[in-house]
Amino acid sequence: MDKPYNNKAWFLVIPVFLLVALSAIIPIMTVINYSFQDTFGNNQFFWAGTEWFQDVLHSDRFWNALGRNLVFSMIILSIEIPLGIAIALTMPKKGIWVPVCLVLMALPLLIPWNVVGTIWQIFGRADIGLLGHTIEQLGFEYNYASNVFDAWVTIILMDVWHWTSLVVLLCYAGLVSIPEAYYQAAKIDGASRWSVFRYIQLPKIRGVLIIAFLLRFMDSFMIYTEPFVLTGGGPGNSTTFMSIDLVKQAIGQFDLGPAAAMSLVYQLIVLTICYVFFTVMSNVGVDKPDARVED
Amino acid sequence: MASITLDKLAHSYLPNPQTDADFALKELDYKWEDGGAYALLGPSGCGKTTLLNIISGLLVPSKGHIRFDGQDVTHLQPEERNIAQVFQFPVIYDTMTVRQNLAFPLLNRHVPQDEITRRVNDMIEVLDLADKADRRARGLTADEKQKISLGRGLVRYDVNAILFDEPLTVIDPHMKWQLRTKLKDLHRQLGHTMIYVTHDQTEALTFADRVVVMYEGEVVQIGTPEELFNEPAHTFVGYFIGSPGMNVIPCEISGKTARVGDIQIGLSGGYAVTGAKTELGIRPEFVSLSSDSSGHPVQIEAVENIGRFKIVRASLQGHAINALLKENEEVPADPTLSFEAGRINVYENSHLVRPGA
Repeated sequence: MDKPYNNKAWFLVIPVFLLVALSAIIPIMTVINYSFQDTFGNNQFFWAGTEWFQDVLHSDRFWNALGRNLVFSMIILSIEIPLGIAIALTMPKKGIWVPVCLVLMALPLLIPWNVVGTIWQIFGRADIGLLGHTIEQLGFEYNYASNVFDAWVTIILMDVWHWTSLVVLLCYAGLVSIPEAYYQAAKIDGASRWSVFRYIQLPKIRGVLIIAFLLRFMDSFMIYTEPFVLTGGGPGNSTTFMSIDLVKQAIGQFDLGPAAAMSLVYQLIVLTICYVFFTVMSNVGVDKPDARVED
Repeated sequence: MASITLDKLAHSYLPNPQTDADFALKELDYKWEDGGAYALLGPSGCGKTTLLNIISGLLVPSKGHIRFDGQDVTHLQPEERNIAQVFQFPVIYDTMTVRQNLAFPLLNRHVPQDEITRRVNDMIEVLDLADKADRRARGLTADEKQKISLGRGLVRYDVNAILFDEPLTVIDPHMKWQLRTKLKDLHRQLGHTMIYVTHDQTEALTFADRVVVMYEGEVVQIGTPEELFNEPAHTFVGYFIGSPGMNVIPCEISGKTARVGDIQIGLSGGYAVTGAKTELGIRPEFVSLSSDSSGHPVQIEAVENIGRFKIVRASLQGHAINALLKENEEVPADPTLSFEAGRINVYENSHLVRPGA
């Protein structure tokens, strides 16, 4: 039988293709274009080769910002993931408190980044902010604008407050999908609370945990708004993360070439780390198809 | 291993049950003998899982007591009752190997390590899982997983009872038969008290020595498979057990005859029944179809050939009635029905009445 053959399907792909072109392909190509050229305005471009990439990779400024990013993401993940799991475990599974808890948990997620920044900027001020004033009254020095440690603590608190809910909601969704029979069987097997978590709950929420982990990593690694609103990257350069540095270079100094090169390197780092995380986490505790079969 | 006594047991999921209808499980007295194989049979929602969960300790009954070997365990936690339960969906610990799964309940009970190794090895042998023992349990098939959840109960040699909650529901049909045979073998080998909940009569009748039939929260009959077939104590049992189920026809009874519409059917004994709802019950196996003029004329509605025999769906005085024909028998031209008088049961308000009572 002859298969009917025509090219109509291509028309159906056009909208998606246009969308992806406008949102991803064209911007990325533009950035790649900038990263290999030098420009002095007036739309005049000169070929620069790999010069910008070499500059970026040899600049302390870049490595320092990358280091800050990595430390920040590690701190964020090591707080938000365990805390999110813990909160999800304590949330009720049925009854009238479920919607109440869910709404409360979802609230921070609905607040825009810059508003969160502003809230905490005011909250942390020693003169008019509740948090800042209280800490001062307790006899501690606290000033996020001049003290590096205080600035970091404030940004971390801000992020934990803003995004732990995401981890909570994802884990909660995973937990409520575990059939009751698992808990009953564990009871009958005499399992402890810890065993139930370790052998039933944790394996069952693994999938959503990987998602939560990746989302929180990507998002915290690309943090921009909160430190920008709080201190603009200061005090000094202590909270100048890569995204802030990037914007300073591209828009502040109008160094489009180096900025483009840096953003490509930045992009590659995010992609690589995410890929490694995903591969490792998906393979933890999974048998290869034929592994360990005794003959 | 233990005998299990249900003492005036009843359960309601409502906080303040008032009427009978509020109870998911109506009051019940029964003793399960040590080492017996029992089945709880009934349609969905009849209270059989409720009863099972009360026995296992996952539910505390609203009324009454439950005793293991005379000791009251009504308020004991599941792990304190020393029972095992196999659920409808196989419950396994995904990240553990088959061996670790089987060892888990023993580890939790602080059994010495060499004892654990010995028992787990025995159990792997018994369950035919030797070639998969060190694989993670996650990738196994449903029937292998179900074997593991059964094995986690069996490794504890001293369990009081093993409870099964429709354990073969998710198993492929050809594996069902194998697994059921395995269960029966294990029961013979190990002699645990086993209680098996199902809505499948074949499973119940092949597995159990005694079958408890439940209907709307009530135990309607407890008996051997033969008793359930020959003398269903309730019209529901007659209808539920057997394929097709028993014919139940409304009638009026006076002495040794039953009147159905215009016809009279002879009974084997005299029945003293009051004016309440009376019915005849006769299994299709004992209804014969012929062209003999001594029978009762019927209209044939349909004939279903299911291989070994044919089911004839007929109408007798406006009441639907089924009869069975052997596969080589033909439906006669002017069919009449006759009944084996000794096989007719009489029901008053759905409950069996014995002749001469």
